[in-house]
Amino acid sequence: MKKLINEVEKVVEESLQGLVKAHADLVKLHPSVRAVLRVDSPKEKVAVISGGGSGHEPMHTGFVGFGMLDAACPGEIFTSPTPDQMYEAAKTVNGGKGVLYIVKNYSGDIMNFQMAADMLAGEGIPVEQVIINDDVAVEDSLYTAGRRGVGGTVLAEKIVGAKAEEGASLEEVKKLCERVNANVRSMGMALTSCTVPAAGKPTFELGPDEMEIGIGIHGEPGRQRMKVKTARDIVEMLATAVVEDLPFKAGDEVLAFVNGMGGTPLSELYIVYNDLSDFLEKKGIKIVRNLVGNYITSLEMQGCSITLLRLDEEMKRLWDAPVCTPGLRWGM
Amino acid sequence: MDNGKLDVTKAIEAVKRIKDIVDANKEYLTELDSAIGDADHGINMSRGFTKALEKVKSNEYNDIGSVFKDVAMTLMSTVGGAAGPLYGTFFMKASMKLAAQKEADLSLLAQAFREGLQGVVALGKAQLSDKTMVDALTPAVEALESAAKDGLTLKQGLEKALAMAEKGMKDTIPMVARKGRASYLGERSAGHQDPGATSSYLILKAFYDALEG
Repeated sequence: MKKLINEVEKVVEESLQGLVKAHADLVKLHPSVRAVLRVDSPKEKVAVISGGGSGHEPMHTGFVGFGMLDAACPGEIFTSPTPDQMYEAAKTVNGGKGVLYIVKNYSGDIMNFQMAADMLAGEGIPVEQVIINDDVAVEDSLYTAGRRGVGGTVLAEKIVGAKAEEGASLEEVKKLCERVNANVRSMGMALTSCTVPAAGKPTFELGPDEMEIGIGIHGEPGRQRMKVKTARDIVEMLATAVVEDLPFKAGDEVLAFVNGMGGTPLSELYIVYNDLSDFLEKKGIKIVRNLVGNYITSLEMQGCSITLLRLDEEMKRLWDAPVCTPGLRWGM
Repeated sequence: MDNGKLDVTKAIEAVKRIKDIVDANKEYLTELDSAIGDADHGINMSRGFTKALEKVKSNEYNDIGSVFKDVAMTLMSTVGGAAGPLYGTFFMKASMKLAAQKEADLSLLAQAFREGLQGVVALGKAQLSDKTMVDALTPAVEALESAAKDGLTLKQGLEKALAMAEKGMKDTIPMVARKGRASYLGERSAGHQDPGATSSYLILKAFYDALEG
């Protein structure tokens, strides 16, 4: 294992310290638990909080700031954070209008956020949760933990964060988050594995000419393993699964999000976007907004995911609204 | 004087044995988890029980319920993942049954572990054969209960529970996972032993070893 680290045990801690030093104008660390908070601590709004295992940077810590998250609670690499983190972070940033937890659908995240929500509710703090589950690679049935939360989470955090910044109520913010989740679908793929620092070796093995279609953001295997194909063929596989699932139809206006898994150069992500654009044009689906880059990663994994969000007028307006976070900023 | 029951000293010894056995199997658990999960189980359990041992060693206790409760709180705030809340709940629910008790005999420990198991099932919503820790814990708790009914000693009961947990753990190998991250693999999860069932077996083994002295 070759990594730019000092001690395996301190990977998350030192990375967070670097983040808050690099962006001291935007974010700070919580004084008692592992959480990243907005430095300006606004009070007259619903507090939007997310969290999850580390290793997906910039998500979630890089999305704390104006127009997005009020706090993010990172766990160890690929490990859910603990209830005390979400509980204390919520108590600190709640200004009285309540707290929305945006939770990705993983068993650990669900349980830990639920415990934190129970503790808050027990103290009379208004709290709601929305579970993001946009990954079409996973069969949604009684026999699985359900669809994973992936790329749609980034879009939800931006759009919902903008709504909260406008001063919307907890109920309104929650409803919007559910609407985003209902209209977003994603699927990812990997060309290589990733290595969890504490594990010291790759999570899974892929042959030099193999790829995994339907990969999760923790290296969990997906739908199938096959020989590597061209970007165009890969886009067709991912986008077909995404489009058919919702389904997205001719005339739909979408936000197309091509996300890198951490180890793929931007030049290749633009090739993917180019192919995705052609694919959607043939189907009559209109890209009216886009996002291309590494936003929800899986350490140093090579690969990408494609996310489509069917937009309505409100979502478009909120997507365009100003945002100022370490990982996403425009309009100000 | 050793009456074969679980007292505060032995409860703390059990926590130490859990920490040791989890440490000794850290890579093994992580390897099992790499095959069907996300490669963090051994690391997380080791971190959690290291902290739990530090906690119980630094406190004075009058009852075993408080030992279990401190273990529960520490696991919940240090392990993360699904294992943190699940094992945290197991020890928390068990601690309620053991509250104010200076020691536990087989019957009381069986009741405490039953409460713990019910807490795990309520939180994780896993059923038997879903390929989870429930597959090791359920037969173990049943063995404790039936041993208690037969009037066996705590050590004899734990010996039987351990054997059943080991069988339950091995029985997870052919199962197709229906809960947790392994469930994303569907059929591909068959052929691998469940890491959670394995850590549950190790925890029971530590309790047995602690009584052995």
